[in-house]
Amino acid sequence: MFRSRPFTRTVVALAGASLFLTACGGDDNGGSGGGGVGGDATGVTDTSIKIGTHMPLTGPAAPGYSEIPTGAKAYFDYVNAQGGINGREVEYIVRDDAYNPSNTTTVVNQLVLQDEVFAILGGLGTPTHSAVLDFLNEEEVPDLFVSSGATAWDEPDRYPWTFGYQPDYVVEGKIIGQFIQENFPDAQVGLYLQGDELGRDGAEGVKAIIEDQIVAEVTYVVTDTSVRPQMQQLQSAGADLVVGFNVPGFTARQRGAAGELGYNPTYITSNVGSDANLVGTLIAGASQGAVTPEQAAAVLDGTYTTSYLPTNDQPDDPWVQFFQEVWDEHGDGGALSNYRIYGMMQAYLFTTAALAAGEDLTREAIVEAIQSDGSSWKGPWLAPLGFSEDSHRGVTGAKIVKLEGGAAVDQTPVYTTTEEADSEIEEVTEEPGEPTEDGLPDVG
Amino acid sequence: VTTPSGPDPRQPEPTPADDGSSSGGVTTTPEVTGAPGPGAPAPGAEPRPFLQKTLVRHGLLHAGALLGIVLLLEAISPFRNAQLAQMAYFVPAVAGLTVLTGINGQISLGHGALMMVGAYTTAYTLENAEGTPFVVVLLLAILTTTIVGAVVGVAAARLHGPYLAGATLALAVGLPGIALKFEDALGGEQGLRVSPPRPTDGFESFYANIFGDLSNQKFIALVGWALAIAVLFLLSNLITSRVGRDWRAVRDDEVAAQLAGINIGRSRVLAFTVSAACAGVAGCMLAAVTRLAAPGSFTIVLSISLLAAIVIGGLGSLVGAILGSAMLVFLPQVVTDFGAGQGLNSSQAANIAPLVYGIVLVVVMLVAPFGLVGTIRRKYLERKARKMLEAFAAAQSQQQG
Repeated sequence: MFRSRPFTRTVVALAGASLFLTACGGDDNGGSGGGGVGGDATGVTDTSIKIGTHMPLTGPAAPGYSEIPTGAKAYFDYVNAQGGINGREVEYIVRDDAYNPSNTTTVVNQLVLQDEVFAILGGLGTPTHSAVLDFLNEEEVPDLFVSSGATAWDEPDRYPWTFGYQPDYVVEGKIIGQFIQENFPDAQVGLYLQGDELGRDGAEGVKAIIEDQIVAEVTYVVTDTSVRPQMQQLQSAGADLVVGFNVPGFTARQRGAAGELGYNPTYITSNVGSDANLVGTLIAGASQGAVTPEQAAAVLDGTYTTSYLPTNDQPDDPWVQFFQEVWDEHGDGGALSNYRIYGMMQAYLFTTAALAAGEDLTREAIVEAIQSDGSSWKGPWLAPLGFSEDSHRGVTGAKIVKLEGGAAVDQTPVYTTTEEADSEIEEVTEEPGEPTEDGLPDVG
Repeated sequence: VTTPSGPDPRQPEPTPADDGSSSGGVTTTPEVTGAPGPGAPAPGAEPRPFLQKTLVRHGLLHAGALLGIVLLLEAISPFRNAQLAQMAYFVPAVAGLTVLTGINGQISLGHGALMMVGAYTTAYTLENAEGTPFVVVLLLAILTTTIVGAVVGVAAARLHGPYLAGATLALAVGLPGIALKFEDALGGEQGLRVSPPRPTDGFESFYANIFGDLSNQKFIALVGWALAIAVLFLLSNLITSRVGRDWRAVRDDEVAAQLAGINIGRSRVLAFTVSAACAGVAGCMLAAVTRLAAPGSFTIVLSISLLAAIVIGGLGSLVGAILGSAMLVFLPQVVTDFGAGQGLNSSQAANIAPLVYGIVLVVVMLVAPFGLVGTIRRKYLERKARKMLEAFAAAQSQQQG
């Protein structure tokens, strides 16, 4: 067919490409704004703070998760309307990684090297965020409040710039284990686990408390199309209480498979997999219109789960009322979902940290502020924050709730613990914070 | 009156060797025998001047290209360096695939999975044998991918068209599951972290003397492009050699190729294996650039993107492979930024990238069905052929007149 001289053309094309790239590349490698002596103030000016995040806005992980940044943005818009953080407006850049780690590397490169953000806030996902962990710490970019419960974010020696956010799965597992020990001492427990850190860490926590009650343990991988074999295994092992550490799609599959098998155990599902609205939508979608999302959500009635932040089924909670106001004013339509509350709480936590870092906001200052004062900050989170020099854990505990008719009914007080197997599980006695008059965090 | 046989206008394949040098002599008796293949001078022909030897020319051009890349990396911002590093891991994979599909006529929807083999070999080796030199890691990655590619290639050689597409698709869908099944060794969903290669002190100070500071981004992009250009160099020589001619012959007509003494099965397996080795290089660099080997990076979307890149660039063209890779890297970012600039929210802006990608693919297929490079080349060759015909007709009428 058409043979040619690819090599002449290679060179021509490369020359052309170089012109193009040079033209649009620019040489903006400067960086430090008006920081002065207090450290690196990249992304901060007298009137603005630029922060960024990576989120799945497209692809299979987008339903649900893509609502998180809309919540965070609404709260930042609210803060900006109040005059910003120490007079600086927050510019919040969200970039899509489609939950693909290669894309995460690309978009975080762009955020750090091109957009020159001050910090990354709430990058979502364990595999995705793992891809940029080393890069962010090498570049000394604050990597705040990662949206994942993996324990990897709490390694201050190795990753001094990275901080966690939600309770890690080991802590969640321990609290669930204690609940079973106290309320279902005779139950035969089966574990239903996702084949990654979520399942592994969760199981570790549960086993730390009730190893002898566990009769079976099954694992699925996210490419499984049916979990019927797994559920059958639990059924034949005689498990009458199933603890799941899984994502919402696999809550839907789990209930579907159990229904087919006529298997009806008590369920405890980790926080990640228990969003009734999303599970309902997924089941309704799979039924191709046979049931509505509302009907399908009722499948979760009677399920126990954990909770570490106020949820949209508690309209009397002062935080939910406050977030509802913020959402009505600055949201982009739609209902105030729990994902949006999650994003708002993240934005609230960032605002707290930035205020605490003081007038001369630098990357060093915000890390220092989180480490020294973080454990005393009050906000919507139910258990205290675990931040210190030696610990970069976020929320340190949760409570057990039961889903009934679309509402979460408290079953226990809020407990806090650490990921060590033998550490105590303690009741949280201090009350969570209340929203202030102007809705901005009060850092004293 | 006997008509002298002239160059067949349907096969206007200029070989790199007759590059301009013979075009001045159109009015003299046209060569009856086909132009001698590059690298193998026809018996009795003068040995070609040193600078016109294929290997020498290719070598010089690629060395020049590498120098161009070094200068380019110096001229642009760190983010553009990172984008070029990303492009550097697409180029070998796309080039390998374009040779397989465009030159040998086999389709593969499984090249993303082959990249995964390369990436996981890299990550696994670095994790379990820390301090292994990167060159060794790279060679291991190429080796394992080549073995997997050869096995798949043997199966592929027996299949055609949609069956081949289906078989390789199964590879792309199934292989990431292995990382999830062998979680202890391969890290499951979370994958294995990779520490990227670092420059030796000697290289760093050498570079600093000439250009200045060598950042990690720049270094990894440099390594990536050095490998990409090496792959392009080897492929370009291979496809202008006898092996490449065999591959084309098999693509165009299997029966004719067989009659000409070409072992079709061997030829197809070899093409698949070479292509897989390129994907191995790509996978190794992907792991080094993204610092991670995780199943989420090797979805079916990756395999299909590679295929789209060669279709847009032009099947069988290495320049097209470079263009296609550039498209994979730059298009989503440019489109998303444009959307955000037009006041779309981030979610809407993110969603127009795949849309525009699809539109570009459809438009290219409608307007330039041979891909960007293929269509330009075709136009050029058509014009050249027409000119030759006209010149030939003119010469003939002169003779008769």
